[in-house]
Amino acid sequence: MTTPPKKLSIVGTSPRRIEGREKATGAATYVDDLQFGPNLLCGKIKHSPLAHARIVQIDTGKARELPGVRVVITGRDFPGYTGLYLKDRRLFALDRVRYVGDAVAAVAADTEEIAERALDLIDVAYEELPAVFDPELGTHADAPLIHPDLGTYECVPFIWPQAGTNISNWFKLRKGDMGQGWAEADLILEHTYRLPQVQHVPMETHVCAAQQDVRGKITLWSSSQSPFAQRNLVAMALGISHSQIRVITPHVGGGFGSKAGLSIEGACVGLALAARGRPVKLRLSREEEFYCAFTRQALVARVKMGMTREGRLTAMHNTFYWDGGAYTEYGVNITRAAGYSGTGPYYVPNVHVDSYCVYCNHPVTGPMRGFGMAEMHWAIEQHINRMAEQLGLDPVEVRLKNCLKDGDETCSGMKMHPTGLSQCIEKAAAAIGWGQPGAPPSAPHKVRGKGVAAMWKAPAMPPNPGSSAHVHLNEDGTVAVSIGAVDLGQGALTVMAQLAAEGLGVRFEDVHVNLVDTDYSPYEWQTVASRITWSVGNAVLKAAQGAREQILRTAAEAWGEDPGDLDIIDGNVVSYKTEESIPVAKMAVYGMQRPDGTWVGGPIAAEGHFMPDYVTPLDDETGQGERAVVHFTTGAQAVEVEVDTETGQVQVLKLVSAYDVGRAINPDMVRTQIEGGAVQGMSTALLENILFDERGVPQNASFTDYRIATAVDAPCETENIIVEVPQDDGPFGARGIGEHPLVPTAPAIAHAVRNAAGVWLDSLPLTSERIWAALQAQGQA
Amino acid sequence: MNHEITLTVNGEVYRLTVASHWTLLRVIRERLALTGTKNGCEAGECGACTVLMNHQPVNSCMVLAPEADGAEIITVEGLAEDRRLDPIQEAFIETGAIQCGFCTPGALVTARALLDRNPNPTQAEIREALVGNLCRCTGYLRMVKAIQAAALRAGEANRFEKAAR
Repeated sequence: MTTPPKKLSIVGTSPRRIEGREKATGAATYVDDLQFGPNLLCGKIKHSPLAHARIVQIDTGKARELPGVRVVITGRDFPGYTGLYLKDRRLFALDRVRYVGDAVAAVAADTEEIAERALDLIDVAYEELPAVFDPELGTHADAPLIHPDLGTYECVPFIWPQAGTNISNWFKLRKGDMGQGWAEADLILEHTYRLPQVQHVPMETHVCAAQQDVRGKITLWSSSQSPFAQRNLVAMALGISHSQIRVITPHVGGGFGSKAGLSIEGACVGLALAARGRPVKLRLSREEEFYCAFTRQALVARVKMGMTREGRLTAMHNTFYWDGGAYTEYGVNITRAAGYSGTGPYYVPNVHVDSYCVYCNHPVTGPMRGFGMAEMHWAIEQHINRMAEQLGLDPVEVRLKNCLKDGDETCSGMKMHPTGLSQCIEKAAAAIGWGQPGAPPSAPHKVRGKGVAAMWKAPAMPPNPGSSAHVHLNEDGTVAVSIGAVDLGQGALTVMAQLAAEGLGVRFEDVHVNLVDTDYSPYEWQTVASRITWSVGNAVLKAAQGAREQILRTAAEAWGEDPGDLDIIDGNVVSYKTEESIPVAKMAVYGMQRPDGTWVGGPIAAEGHFMPDYVTPLDDETGQGERAVVHFTTGAQAVEVEVDTETGQVQVLKLVSAYDVGRAINPDMVRTQIEGGAVQGMSTALLENILFDERGVPQNASFTDYRIATAVDAPCETENIIVEVPQDDGPFGARGIGEHPLVPTAPAIAHAVRNAAGVWLDSLPLTSERIWAALQAQGQA
Repeated sequence: MNHEITLTVNGEVYRLTVASHWTLLRVIRERLALTGTKNGCEAGECGACTVLMNHQPVNSCMVLAPEADGAEIITVEGLAEDRRLDPIQEAFIETGAIQCGFCTPGALVTARALLDRNPNPTQAEIREALVGNLCRCTGYLRMVKAIQAAALRAGEANRFEKAAR
């Protein structure tokens, strides 16, 4: 990406969130705040109570007769398949249900109370089938098949479903000579790590509304990370044209991946199609949110590594069994990402990785902040800490020795770009006081320890996800930027305004960024993969530079000068040569007069787009290829914890994060992303786990039973360190940071718990009960 | 069964007819269209719907509307006066304590109640006060800093006023 060769005035500064005032006054509008009037229907979904069953019959007669019920729909109404990477999912279950929570029918009624009564009146007869709840067992030849038609599902070319099994994707990585790798090792260690399903827990549950107009066009108001992908997936599921669907996304109350792709929105559109023009709103309750929207995949990871006594990694053989849940249309790509990233951020000459996406009769898994990396690093990073300990080596030194450096070959055969990973490890270790004694514990029965972990993560996406942007100027010289990306709180609106202001030469305060309406906003693939600052940023910068060129050409012609002698500074066009100057506001729409009295210019409007065109396919047997991904963001975390040996409770005293973001467009917002993500990582590490009974029924779908970190649980202190090794294809060198902050948190905390209390826990969460039990067992040993 | 109730919300008096099972949250959002107060769980667990009821912070999803008859209610919309933001609102924006913004209204109301009863809270007291306001974005530390900053600013303003007198 070309970068204007001038001193930056806005990029690298930290203006406050541009929608801050709206959000601080309650004025910011979210989907549930939109006013549809008394005509609005309330939608509700009927969920399966069984984890795996054949649907024998659905009787909706009594529900339809209930006064006030306007629409009842079932799977028979929408038999088409949909899905982002693998089309394995329908809007409603048709012939079988595959998890507790699977949608079997939906109603729309005049009031919420009537809708709830109608759900009770829908009679579904099931014939229960044997279920699969463990991904490793799910791969066995005699496991019950959850998708007998897997072999007939359409999928993208980089996903490899195994027909006749529960494996919806098998990604293989093969590199080097394993025999040689083991022979060179002084220590070979194998261990299995586990991690449960967790939920994203956006504070705003999934909510959408839909309405069909007299021309048949559908408008969907959706709390979504993916307005365009939703338009695409709904069009696909219903077999209608994209131009017949309009998706509007106002402010979004958090997503963390759960609002990417499609969840309940198809059902809402389905209801609206039969609602005779009345709007229908569908909002998940908090209970539904815990298991009827996406969850994060559970993982069983068998890790085997070889290391020399000096701490050099010689070989890695990792097998990942992912619990993909009932449908893996999106989840298959998580298992692919874990495959091509399957060694963690290290140079390993000999590699054997198998990453299996396995159907289980659990909630649908999908993208969650980290996209497989938090899960995979839980195993890899902990294993490296164990091996360092067994060899008597410093885990920080081991990481510095093995971590990828500029030009090293990654596990998928890609040449590593310049990266600040070593710096991140060094800075995180220094900030936690690695190797130095900490303060004494706060009580005699408490112990303290420090831990460390590193990470890498690439934007996981198809090779060609596109972004586009429009920039136009208003009569007053202010700038309107339109993008198709969504601000979920990460700060996209602010960062895009900074990039536009910098690219154009206007003040940050004079830039407005529009929220998404697919009828007016330019195309965007999805707000996922920590790719917005990078990808949309490139598009916005191009559009801003296009607008800048239009302005400079106009002024140059009016003044009879060379555009190269002109500049735009704080919203004024200036000539370095003649010292002429004009506020952009005076020429942005009406143009300028030439000396002869004629006019030049006109409304300033420009577009920009970006799509990476350099990602190569990977070999389906070895996973090797020239460029698996666009780039990797790398980083490290170091923590100090205090463990109460009487209760097993862990208090995180200090959580240090250091990430190489290429270039921080808004450093303070980068730090808020890092801090918030790290606390979410801490929360999943210490507290979170969707509990199921033996029949797959979720047991803790409320905030009382599924605890997330509160203000009291948050670390006493954080330190958020920004490292900047520029990315050659990013705007001003920027790369993403949205997801990375929670990736190494759990293994770093587990390491600190080990160093404090002497116990290793190989599965999450590290609850006080489990730590206490481990301490008891250790005491008895 | 329906009830006639009177509510004073952000200084405005409303006379309303509400069903017995309607919550204060539902009345605020659906009858008064004051949508700044958010619905996060409807079970009193997340704090997104926090409002001040007779100066006390409550989860409005856990108050039946008839129980609130005669009460004085302040919602997030009532924190700013004449478009002048409450110092806590200013501090949340300045400190970077807002991300998605969904928990923000409830957290601001909780913070207002805290500073009203304790103008100089310690960090531990702030964390304790916020424990019922769940946030998934910020990690809470910026919120704590924002409330400390607002308390400090209010303290300075008070000293200034006293000195001026």
